[in-house]
Amino acid sequence: MYRYVIKRLLMLIPVIIGISFLVYFVIDLAPGDIISQIAPEDATIEEIQELREEYGFNKPILVRYGEYMAGMLHGDLGTSYITGEPVFQSYMKRLPNTLMLAFASIFVSVMISIPLGILSAVHQGTWRDNITMVVALLGLSMPNFWLGLLLIILFSLNLGLLPSGGYGTFAHIILPAITVGTGLTAMLTRTTRSSMLDVIRQDYLRTARSKGVPEKKVINKHALKNALIPIITVVGTQLASCLGGAIITETVFSWPGVGRLILDSVNSRDIPMVTGCIIMKTITISVILLCVDLLYAVVDPRIKAQYATRGGKAHGR
Amino acid sequence: MEHTEELVLNIEDLVIHYVLEEETVQAVNGIDIKLGKGKILGLVGETGAGKTTAALSALRLVPDPPGVIKSGKILVAGHDIMKLTPGELEKVRGKDVSMIFQDPMTSLNPVYTVGEQIAESIELHENVTKQEAYDKAEEMLELVGIPAYRSTEYPHQFSGGMKQRVVIAIALACNPRLLIADEPTTALDVTIQAQVLELMKDLIRTYHTSVVMITHDLGIVAETCDQVAVMYAGRIVEEGTLEAVFEETMHPYTEGLFNSLPNINKRTEELKPIPGLMPDPTDLPEGCSFAPRCPYATDDCAREVPELKDMGNGHKVACGNYKNPDFTIERRKKR
Amino acid sequence: MADDRMLVSKKYKRRSQGAEIWRRMRKNKGAMLGLALVILIVLTAVFSGVFLDYETDVIGQNISQRLQHPSLAHPMGTDDVGRDVLSRLLYGSRYSLSVGVVAVMIALACGVTLGSIAGFFGGKTEEVIMRASDMLAAVPSILMAIAIVSALGQSTLNLMVAVGITSVPEFVRITRAAVLTVRNQEYIEASRSIGLSEFKIIWSHVLPNCLSPIIVQTTLRVASAIISASSLSFLGLGVPSPDPEWGSMLSAGRKFIRGYGYLTLFPGLAIMVTVLSLNLLGDGLRDALDPKLKK
Repeated sequence: MYRYVIKRLLMLIPVIIGISFLVYFVIDLAPGDIISQIAPEDATIEEIQELREEYGFNKPILVRYGEYMAGMLHGDLGTSYITGEPVFQSYMKRLPNTLMLAFASIFVSVMISIPLGILSAVHQGTWRDNITMVVALLGLSMPNFWLGLLLIILFSLNLGLLPSGGYGTFAHIILPAITVGTGLTAMLTRTTRSSMLDVIRQDYLRTARSKGVPEKKVINKHALKNALIPIITVVGTQLASCLGGAIITETVFSWPGVGRLILDSVNSRDIPMVTGCIIMKTITISVILLCVDLLYAVVDPRIKAQYATRGGKAHGR
Repeated sequence: MEHTEELVLNIEDLVIHYVLEEETVQAVNGIDIKLGKGKILGLVGETGAGKTTAALSALRLVPDPPGVIKSGKILVAGHDIMKLTPGELEKVRGKDVSMIFQDPMTSLNPVYTVGEQIAESIELHENVTKQEAYDKAEEMLELVGIPAYRSTEYPHQFSGGMKQRVVIAIALACNPRLLIADEPTTALDVTIQAQVLELMKDLIRTYHTSVVMITHDLGIVAETCDQVAVMYAGRIVEEGTLEAVFEETMHPYTEGLFNSLPNINKRTEELKPIPGLMPDPTDLPEGCSFAPRCPYATDDCAREVPELKDMGNGHKVACGNYKNPDFTIERRKKR
Repeated sequence: MADDRMLVSKKYKRRSQGAEIWRRMRKNKGAMLGLALVILIVLTAVFSGVFLDYETDVIGQNISQRLQHPSLAHPMGTDDVGRDVLSRLLYGSRYSLSVGVVAVMIALACGVTLGSIAGFFGGKTEEVIMRASDMLAAVPSILMAIAIVSALGQSTLNLMVAVGITSVPEFVRITRAAVLTVRNQEYIEASRSIGLSEFKIIWSHVLPNCLSPIIVQTTLRVASAIISASSLSFLGLGVPSPDPEWGSMLSAGRKFIRGYGYLTLFPGLAIMVTVLSLNLLGDGLRDALDPKLKK
């Protein structure tokens, strides 16, 4: 089993290299000369040439990439064109805010979705099930920036209960968390329900009942553990994408997180920041997905056995 | 046969239908079962005869919807199953009556160890600590021929035969008065079948458990059972002691079952399958359900459903032909 | 004899299979509602160009009429330069739908091709394709789209490409999975044994059986493409103004959120209804096409 973990960790490295390669080149290939864009208006040709040298754009791209990779090993992802701050530090400064929002949203989502999904599955076809599914579908179909704006209209402008943006107190996190959480809840409820439905018809539940296990325990202990795999997958992917920054929500609520950072730097063509942030975000996601894979083994002993024997990867999520 | 108070299983006039969207399956159409302590009843019949449904009702495990118990009384160890509250029912299940299901591959929960699954039953019904329950579980494993150290393993690590042994261990863990075994060996290899049957017989004898053995295999019936009840299309068509039904067969269907068995001594004889198929349970014929396939059928047979009549010594048969006291089937004539 | 019977029953089967699927869909009220709404929206998109004149109704400014609340004359009010919101909304359906559909078509073409190659040929080819697809999937789709649009420049076409590219991995995954289940079936072996070329096998035998998940996924992806497109427009990276894409309308309305909430309400509602109808339809298709229902 440990061999499997090590092997997966090692496999992260080519993925990270691949991603950084992809991102670096895509951004570099962008048409338009970066230097002339960030140079001051009245710069002369020589001054532009100097800038070019200073930023290293006169070197061939592979060399630049090599230097970048070397820097990455030291935690140096370059320096922002705009602020002059090191990219890595800027990212890390914003990360806690994103973390807070992410965990708040996921927490709310899990607390609501799993019981609701179980309820829906157990009462399949009844009004409880139908209403839940309709509401879930509505939640999925709503663009989250719209929801955020509506919440602002209702709670900030009309009722004056909650702040419409910014950061600082507990009240500030409520609306953003609801905004992000709604989409998460909708998806997770559907997943939970669908997974439970698959499990509910299994024979081993009948065996449990024939032993005299109370119905509640049959569902919550025997059935649920078997239904967890798809649920864990979805929570994992949701967490990963939240940790990368909820760009839209952060924009709507002026939440100083990583997502806003990326967006601002794209708009101001702050190449090192964009590149660095995307790479960081992708690394975060890959690590979370690895944890999800490992979590499977904890929940399902058959998968644990697979990992232990093959020492190979489980593909095809 | 036995005094009503001592009966471990007492079913009277049980009728169970499955109500589907477009049709209704008449699975069980009025059966009586009376089983005394320590006796083994073989419930015989082809697939679709209603045996499993009838058995599930003893634990009130008939899936509802779509299954509906339309009428009938079910008494297990004195408890009226239909009148129990869910809480009382849970106490009866696993303790007074337990069940072994057909397919061992899907009967066990894949994410819990076998030890845990056996112990769960003990914890539910006996007043013991968790550790004591687990110890007893390990004892049960040994009893069914699995080394105790394997209690921490998961079902997927066991073969089919061993899984079934675990299922047996779970079923017998709390020493139930009644065990319902639904084709316990059908899904197993033949050699394993014999082993598992032996094991079951041993345990049943040791614990004086009453058993309803559901099977379509007459060989198994011959080896294990004291009483036999033959089911066809949801009704019991013949019942009696093992000797009575096997040696003094009365019902044409039972005769047909025996005739379908290849006889190793008469290898040049043709096989004699029963012509036709069991009737569609959503559309049962009027009158005797077996009449369309019965070589002895008369016009009367298609008109009224024959009652189960006691022909002496508790040997009952449901065949209109026996109104005629001289009627015998071929099998009896040969004697 | 047996062949004739098989041919005849295949013909019946195909016809009744379609009818069977339709029957199941009809029973699903949600799916029918979704279908009706989708048709309505498509008709709106197609015919709005006929009833609305782009210059006057859609982008024509009318400062004297600016920021009027909903009334009989303007059922959804007017925006900050006096344009009728309702007309813009109706016309805007063209952008959302076209971006959604084209983006998904791009993704479909690339994804299904790659996925079927990967699933069918296996081995190294499959490894390479799936790794590349996973890497693409690892980059969050919004980010990928933002990066592509920044690199290529803001335009409707680039938006379609960006959203399309982000949807590719999903199609690759689904097609490969479907192909994998089909390819091991015995009738493929049988086809091979009578000499059919690999290509013909994929085209005539493998793909038709993968159709169901692909059809469902296409419908659902159009829905999410529409959300992605409007998100990008909201951020200012999508359909360039003054075109009335719903996301950009929302973004513009944000400045006037205090007091003029209707500017925020209606475009978002349009997005939600469109996406909802597609989701309903997609869900309904999934239930109708899969005989092993969780019923």
